[in-house]
Amino acid sequence: MKDRLRSLWRFFFSDSARAFGSASVILLLLLAIAPAKNHFSQWRHYQKQYLHLIRGRADAVTLERHFQGGIQQIWMPEQQVTDRCTTCHLGLKEASLADVSSVAFRKHPVIPHSLTEFGCTVCHRGQGAATTVEEAHSSTEQWEQPLLPAKYIEAGCGQCHLENQTGTPFLNLGRQLIISYGCTHCHTIKRPDGTYIVPDDDPPSLKHIADKTTREWIYAWIKDPQAYASTATMPNYHLSDADARDISAFVLAQSTPLQPPIQPLKAETNATVDPAAGTTLYGQSFCASCHAMQNAAGMMVGGNVGPELTGIGTKAKPEWLQDWVANPNHYDPGTMMPHYRFDAKQVATLAGFLESKTEPDFVANVHLDAATPEQIEHGKRLVVENGCASCHEINGIKKPENFAPELSRIGSKPLSQLLFVEGVERSLPGYVAAKVRNPRSFGPSLKMPQFNLTPQQIDAITTALLAQTDRAQTQPPTMRIASVQQTKYEPAGHAGQLMRDLRCLTCHMINGHGGDMAPDLTWEGTAVQREWLTQFLKNPETLRPALIRRMPKFNLTDSEINTLSDYMMTVYQTPEFDRDSLPVSQSTPAQVEQGRQLFYSKFACQSCHIADYKTDKGYIGPALAAAGKRFNAAWVYHWLKDPQALRPGTIEPNQHMTDDDARSLTAFVMSLKSGGAQEAAKK
Amino acid sequence: MKPALIAVCAVTLLVAGCSRKSKQLGSLQATATGAAIVESGGGKQIGYAGMLLDQPVVVQVNDASGSAVAGAAVYFSGPSGVSFTPAAALTDSSGQVTSAVALGQQAGRYKITARTRDASGKNITLMIDEVALGYQQTVGAQLNALYCVRCHDPESTPQRVSNMDNLSVKPHPFTEGDTLNKMSDEDLLAIISHGGPALNKSPQMPPWGYTLSKSDLAALVSYIRAVSDPPYQAAGLVYARNY
Repeated sequence: MKDRLRSLWRFFFSDSARAFGSASVILLLLLAIAPAKNHFSQWRHYQKQYLHLIRGRADAVTLERHFQGGIQQIWMPEQQVTDRCTTCHLGLKEASLADVSSVAFRKHPVIPHSLTEFGCTVCHRGQGAATTVEEAHSSTEQWEQPLLPAKYIEAGCGQCHLENQTGTPFLNLGRQLIISYGCTHCHTIKRPDGTYIVPDDDPPSLKHIADKTTREWIYAWIKDPQAYASTATMPNYHLSDADARDISAFVLAQSTPLQPPIQPLKAETNATVDPAAGTTLYGQSFCASCHAMQNAAGMMVGGNVGPELTGIGTKAKPEWLQDWVANPNHYDPGTMMPHYRFDAKQVATLAGFLESKTEPDFVANVHLDAATPEQIEHGKRLVVENGCASCHEINGIKKPENFAPELSRIGSKPLSQLLFVEGVERSLPGYVAAKVRNPRSFGPSLKMPQFNLTPQQIDAITTALLAQTDRAQTQPPTMRIASVQQTKYEPAGHAGQLMRDLRCLTCHMINGHGGDMAPDLTWEGTAVQREWLTQFLKNPETLRPALIRRMPKFNLTDSEINTLSDYMMTVYQTPEFDRDSLPVSQSTPAQVEQGRQLFYSKFACQSCHIADYKTDKGYIGPALAAAGKRFNAAWVYHWLKDPQALRPGTIEPNQHMTDDDARSLTAFVMSLKSGGAQEAAKK
Repeated sequence: MKPALIAVCAVTLLVAGCSRKSKQLGSLQATATGAAIVESGGGKQIGYAGMLLDQPVVVQVNDASGSAVAGAAVYFSGPSGVSFTPAAALTDSSGQVTSAVALGQQAGRYKITARTRDASGKNITLMIDEVALGYQQTVGAQLNALYCVRCHDPESTPQRVSNMDNLSVKPHPFTEGDTLNKMSDEDLLAIISHGGPALNKSPQMPPWGYTLSKSDLAALVSYIRAVSDPPYQAAGLVYARNY
């Protein structure tokens, strides 16, 4: 062997000329390595494949003209974007390549952004500067952000768009769930614009809980909230029997009686309650607009603004129910529930009806002995440890600060900082989804409780959390589309107090503040006539034939109705035009007839509206049979000209009417005075 | 000797590389076989790329006389990116298998296959179509839910009563490919933006061009194309021919 090497050495380097020649050849070979590597690189392979693909197509000439060989790059220094993805993804902008089966060369789906202005990694993540498939798409030791799976792609949008977008249903859903499940009671989430996500689930105060319910119910509830109500948002803490016993003991022990105290039940009232009258009153008061209840067939019927009432009789004490139905402000001044002004008989009827809605099985097997001081003390410790006061007001326990990790930048968390367990996909989306799905799978001693979410909801929440990235927090403010925050508008004065008592803003939106269940009232004073408004407040009627929800009857006194009407007619007016600027007296019979023609033929308004209950059936817009008694002509005219200008988001299309057409239609609509829906129903 | 060794290695690698595709799902021990496989639910859903479909796909195995067979093995498969939970299962006592389906990362139509074996070991397959919406179609779907469904969808829900029966000229549901596929994109755009009269049709279809933006209108058209049944085939590029 040694001899062989020696002879080889002699062959190449025996004399200086030979040595020079050999060294030169070796040097040449070494120099050829880099070009050879370049020549055989992955991206060249893709460019060759692309050329092969386009040459077989009908528009080969155009496509070839667009093709540029070599490394391509989208460079935006202020965005820290250096994306070479277009080196291989060559057909992204070619409309004719939409049908190509290979993902590498297919046209990018239509999005509202230009690829060259935004780059690729801003939304898709991955390593932009890489030129091999592996490095660009997967996570490597140097690059922890792999390509985002398509189902979370809306997280990309959420970095800049803080407002809901039409095209991002899952991001919108996820953000809404984070708010409505109260995630931010424990976790702080700062939006990129510096505001914080505020929960709206409104967990009840426990300061007077003993007035409301029993220890047995509390015990069963904290063991498994969903067993009481399938729609409950309170998560499951998987408490042991002993822990639930001690927590229920403490929660009851810390409760103080309400001041002024709840009146004891009058014995005679409940005896006279007629169950059928209770069902009727529950329906007439439109309780189901906000509260769900399981009906006899096992179907959940009703809204999700208030708590489910299927088993309310098991939960609430009878005297508490009476007190609450009579005036919810007494027990909870911050409640969203209106003060209905029921008379004593109605209170007894409705409270009796609710009391009869029981789930006896829920507390049947709960038998608790009187609590010992040690148990109460242990319960208090558990309440502190589990962070109950993050959501609930509890006497003697302060709301903990930063109880759970902040999630403002969870979407950029490096994998090295995460602890994975078996069965969890080793990626950031996998980790976040697993945490949301089953937090205790990461260890039984972890504090985060189990929420009751569907797979879609888990994906949506994960999407919203992944949008909370470093890029979102640090990019220039000009990149951000700010979120529209609700205003803090509160109606003022005596009428304001009344509107607060009636909780108008739970359903109605006024000046950018309030709910979305009922029409926006910001300009109601311009829209309607005072006589109609007073009549409506006295006895609300259905305005839309196919709508289940309806304004409740609040048993208002005449003077209260006057106060409300005066206030609304004076304050809620648009500055754009005067409500009396188009007197009805000016319209001629010819105009009315012309308007009728336009209504039924040119604009086919009867498709959505009812002008005459005998002939029309349109179910979408409000019935207009009595529009002449309800609206002001100027409002109708301006509405016809541009509905969205008066109420943004209304679905009535802008028909681009001429002034003459709008004037004639207004004359016709204002001539409709044949009575409301109630009169029609009577006939 | 050495070249031979290298050749053997190369062939082994090649075979190993190719055999990945032919790897079978863990085969189930079927206790029965059927003669036919039919869809019981979950077909023709409109979902989103990469997401779970709202409803699981349910298929049923029947015997020659058409009654359900319990214990037959059913295997699901689909284009790359489609996942099934479970991907293979035995039919339950009512002869059915239920599988949650997540569509692939690309928008478009997905054909998924459910397969079982008959007594002679021959494969019986069933094809089920699903649609995954991309960004533009999703915008269209949202706009459709807000503006269009009330008249164009004959189905009523507790939240939304269909207005279709109140119209003297019945609108076309957007899945009605037989009619809508014959209309060009331009015609659809014209009728949506200018209303029925633009194409000499009923004024009960109002104009939306002054309410929705250009990109909204394009999104609606792309949504209508995505959900049509039978599928819409674009005409493609047209070039002048040399005669």
